[in-house]
Amino acid sequence: MRAATLLTLLAGLALATPAVAADEIELPTQKWSFSGLFGTFDRASAQRGFQIYNQVCSNCHSMKLGYYRNLTGIGVPEDMIKVIAAEKMVPTIADDGTPAERPATPADHFRSPYPNEKAARAALNGALPPDLSVIEKARVGGSDYIADLLQGYGDPPPGMKIGDGLYYNKYFPGNQIAMPQPLQADAVTYSDGTKATLEQEAHDVATFLTYMANPELEQRKRLGVKVVLFLLAMCGVTYAVKRQVWSDVH
Amino acid sequence: MAGLHKSDIKNPVLNWIDTRLPVLTMVQKEYGVFPTPRNFNYFWNFGALAMVVLMIMIASGIFLAMHYTPEKTMAFDSVEAIMRDVNYGWLLRYGHANGASMFFIVVYIHIFRGLYYGSYKSPRELLWMLGVVILLVMMATAFMGYVLPWGQMSYWGATVITNLFSAFPLVGEWIVHLLWGGFSVDNPTLNRFFALHYLLPFVLVGVILFHVAALHVTGSNNPLGIEPKGPQDTLPFHPYYTMKDSFGICVFLVIYAAVVFFAPNLFGEPDNYIPANPLSTPAEIVPEWYFLPFYAILRSVPDKLGGVCLMFGSILVLFVLPWLDTSPVRSAKFRPIYQKLFWVLLLACVVLGVVGKHRPEGIWVVLGRVATAYYFLHFLVILPLLGKLERPLPLPESISRAVLGHGGGGPLPSGAAAAKPMEKA
Amino acid sequence: MGETMSSTAPAAGHGPGAEVGKRDFLKLVAASGAAVLGASLVWPFINSMEPSADVLALGSVEVDLAPIPVGQAITVLWRGKPMFIRHRTDKEIKEAQDVTLAQLIDPSFPALDSDRIKAKHDQWLVVIGICTHLGCIPLGNKPTDPRGEWGGWFCPCHGSQYDTSGRVRHGPAPLNLALAPYAFTTDTKIQIG
Repeated sequence: MRAATLLTLLAGLALATPAVAADEIELPTQKWSFSGLFGTFDRASAQRGFQIYNQVCSNCHSMKLGYYRNLTGIGVPEDMIKVIAAEKMVPTIADDGTPAERPATPADHFRSPYPNEKAARAALNGALPPDLSVIEKARVGGSDYIADLLQGYGDPPPGMKIGDGLYYNKYFPGNQIAMPQPLQADAVTYSDGTKATLEQEAHDVATFLTYMANPELEQRKRLGVKVVLFLLAMCGVTYAVKRQVWSDVH
Repeated sequence: MAGLHKSDIKNPVLNWIDTRLPVLTMVQKEYGVFPTPRNFNYFWNFGALAMVVLMIMIASGIFLAMHYTPEKTMAFDSVEAIMRDVNYGWLLRYGHANGASMFFIVVYIHIFRGLYYGSYKSPRELLWMLGVVILLVMMATAFMGYVLPWGQMSYWGATVITNLFSAFPLVGEWIVHLLWGGFSVDNPTLNRFFALHYLLPFVLVGVILFHVAALHVTGSNNPLGIEPKGPQDTLPFHPYYTMKDSFGICVFLVIYAAVVFFAPNLFGEPDNYIPANPLSTPAEIVPEWYFLPFYAILRSVPDKLGGVCLMFGSILVLFVLPWLDTSPVRSAKFRPIYQKLFWVLLLACVVLGVVGKHRPEGIWVVLGRVATAYYFLHFLVILPLLGKLERPLPLPESISRAVLGHGGGGPLPSGAAAAKPMEKA
Repeated sequence: MGETMSSTAPAAGHGPGAEVGKRDFLKLVAASGAAVLGASLVWPFINSMEPSADVLALGSVEVDLAPIPVGQAITVLWRGKPMFIRHRTDKEIKEAQDVTLAQLIDPSFPALDSDRIKAKHDQWLVVIGICTHLGCIPLGNKPTDPRGEWGGWFCPCHGSQYDTSGRVRHGPAPLNLALAPYAFTTDTKIQIG
């Protein structure tokens, strides 16, 4: 039986790691407010991350599964959301049936910079910026990967040839990414006054994008703690009942 | 009033129902007083656990279906809408996705329990074969379910696996186009997979009813592999095993809840959060973990048809297991060589799983082939021979003797007859 | 769960009375735990059937009244229902206010015109545009539409007629046009729902 447990543990470990490329890229990790059993989203960091998304990233990347009203989850007040939304024009149909635009409302999805894939590729030399709604779950390494990628630009190692229209990035699989470095220090002026180092910006964007991919995270972990504790208690109770019922047999 | 069942139920309303449809008497008989061997260990909990997981999957599946749209431009977004907008939608989705993994964990343990203790042997052959049918239906259901979110793995996994059927001579291409409803995995495929994914679990319920019915005809096996001789060897199912199962269910739920609430994407692939793109193949196409051993067997054989045959063969061989294993002794407890080889088989299956996760190059190819070879060797060569050649340990006289009295498989007092393994109760 | 089977002699312990008490208490705890577990499992399923966040977000709509000239009406969709918003003329307002309860087919509250409009905004009538007979959408919003004898709306399906306060004056409709909750956010904007 011991052999069985050991085997299964080993198997579990071997299977839980994702399928790796021959040349594995080591991702530096950092502390996140939302990790662990009791994690929550650092509201200030997430709001700063949204500011960067709004001012920089949203010019190329859509986030069409998110709504402006989702910003309440990171503490943005509702009237502020109305203002933020109204600054963006979203497609609609005019009364005469022709395509037109109207200001967005909180109930609208985040405005996409391009109406469709072809328009995006045409504007960006054939590259398609991925939608960011669930990007944190769609990449191995999640939040760490996003933060590392944003800071991973630099000169390629000697001898490596970078293709046309591509840029060297230490953490992108294959090391050649179509996106030029999107952020530098002070790319935005944070409205809460925090110093906008590249590290800070990367951390904040990753926090925001993790929120957008996992808006239920705080509710899920809170409920999880209650459920697991209750079930552990039930284990104790049912075990006691079992022992009692079996006491005349053993 | 001929033909009415004579009911022993006291309550007048329940008695009225029971005389006309003896469900209550049946529940009393099958789950109340049913004589169950008294020496079950915790590996006997897993059948009941599988039932519980199936109920969870059906309930969560039905409620997910209230919000899911099986159309290729809307499927991915509808799943995300469930995660974000539907009240407790995230719980339904994570519960259902991780429930599938739990279902396979529980069923695999249940199967290996059967292999170790010889539960597939006479008179339980049909019970075992129904179990293999259950495994096949589960695999089909899980495969189609994984396609529904229409992520990259959904699409490409479906493409790879449906393409396999083209390996069959003559009818192969036709089967593939029938599955696809077109010239590639596309909207018709998604729609029919949704319809079938909703249907198969209810087929599963039917097969499970037969599985449990067959079990109740023969009675359960037990860790010693010898049939109960009388009431001293058994206990009524309620309250002994209802309470033991309740405890087991609670332990299971703790593990399940820990995964759903704190590591909901542990078993998943990040690539499936990328919407399906027929023009872009992911770097690695990997099925869900519970299919990895079969994937490894498939890729072990260089020939396409050979790989397909061996992959399906690995499950088909289980159907005839009761006739492949020639040993008159059921439980591995009394089969010292078989016991060791059981662990080798388990190791081979684990190795196959790990191999399935990696790209088929270098050491993984070798390991995959060795493990595949051992798997088939075990069932087709070793088991038939072992039954004839192995010298089993002496069996205890009876269950109650072994459990209560003078210890397990020690030598019997002279004159006492050893229990014959295949005796009926 | 049925009766407990007590097969052999009770386990050695404190006397049969205390033993039974301990046994019963434990069973009570287990049973109530199971009940709580069951109920808390059921709740998320039922809750998931209630309107989801995206449906609730579209549950209220803001309408700008400024573009609606006097004497005209528009139709706006709110929660899937057509809302008639009419900018009433002074004549229409007076006609509506002069009607007594005795003259109405449906005098149940709210039937007086003052109960069907917002104070200081009596030129605006906001009603749900679904005929209370069998659910057709009455005519009367467009200037070219027939409005019936009482100047409000006319339902072409079976001939029901409504007045300038949306009250039924000629059947077969039994009830006045229904009202929906709304409020003036500014003098020229309302939020319905």
